[in-house]
Amino acid sequence: MSGLLLGDLVFYALAAVTVISAAGVACSSNIVYSAFSLMGTFMGVAGLYVMLAADFVAVIQVLIYVGGILVLMIFAVMLTHRIADVRISNRSVGRVPGAILVACLAGVMARTVVTTSWHAVAPGTPAPTTYGIGNAFLGEYILPFELASLVLLAALIGAVVLSRKELKEG
Amino acid sequence: MSIGLPHFLIVSLIVFALGLYCVLTRRNAIGILMGVELILNAANLNYLAFSRFSSGHYDGQVFAIFVIMLAAAEAAIGLAIVLGIYQTFHTIDVEATETLRG
Repeated sequence: MSGLLLGDLVFYALAAVTVISAAGVACSSNIVYSAFSLMGTFMGVAGLYVMLAADFVAVIQVLIYVGGILVLMIFAVMLTHRIADVRISNRSVGRVPGAILVACLAGVMARTVVTTSWHAVAPGTPAPTTYGIGNAFLGEYILPFELASLVLLAALIGAVVLSRKELKEG
Repeated sequence: MSIGLPHFLIVSLIVFALGLYCVLTRRNAIGILMGVELILNAANLNYLAFSRFSSGHYDGQVFAIFVIMLAAAEAAIGLAIVLGIYQTFHTIDVEATETLRG
């Protein structure tokens, strides 16, 4: 094996897909292109989850982000977007000051990532994670798990209430 | 050098920076929500990377699932609010919606 292993190549490919799509989301001047770039980011991140031996979270990512949130966003874009409306950059924070600010912050964080000696354990062999996650949810994390159902119920009712008011007025 | 924790942290850092840039520079409310989703994805990537390389437990994955759940709730509520703004102001430009600014 000369140089790179196959796993490294897969990682770099997934990282490239993720980063390039995220750049498309952030910099595209058309909000529809941004929405479709977001799909590339979500899929790339799901692939990275698989590389981190988190199979269940990867599937959840594809189901909820790509199947739910992204479809919701594309619906919202289609319901609100006017094609002539191209002014999407912010006036109060221009692109150049925003880029400088973000670059400074990213530089500080990158330095932290590189110079810190992180606590490391030897990663085990990838195994199915659903058993452990299910045990954690119904054991140690039972209270957050139940609270999560309350939050989702509140979000559901809230979204219905917010949307119904429009229909009454319209 | 094999793929380790810093590689994933750097990818997550880039995604976070792009998401923050998106939130800062967009005027379109849906664009801002997309930036927030990028930031949440970066946080999830960090959770899973530390779960794999630094703890060896399932805690990071459990938290990532909670974050995904909250992101779904946030997207539903946020987009309902954006649609409400559009019904009221007939635009989703966040600089045009300044009725409360006096």
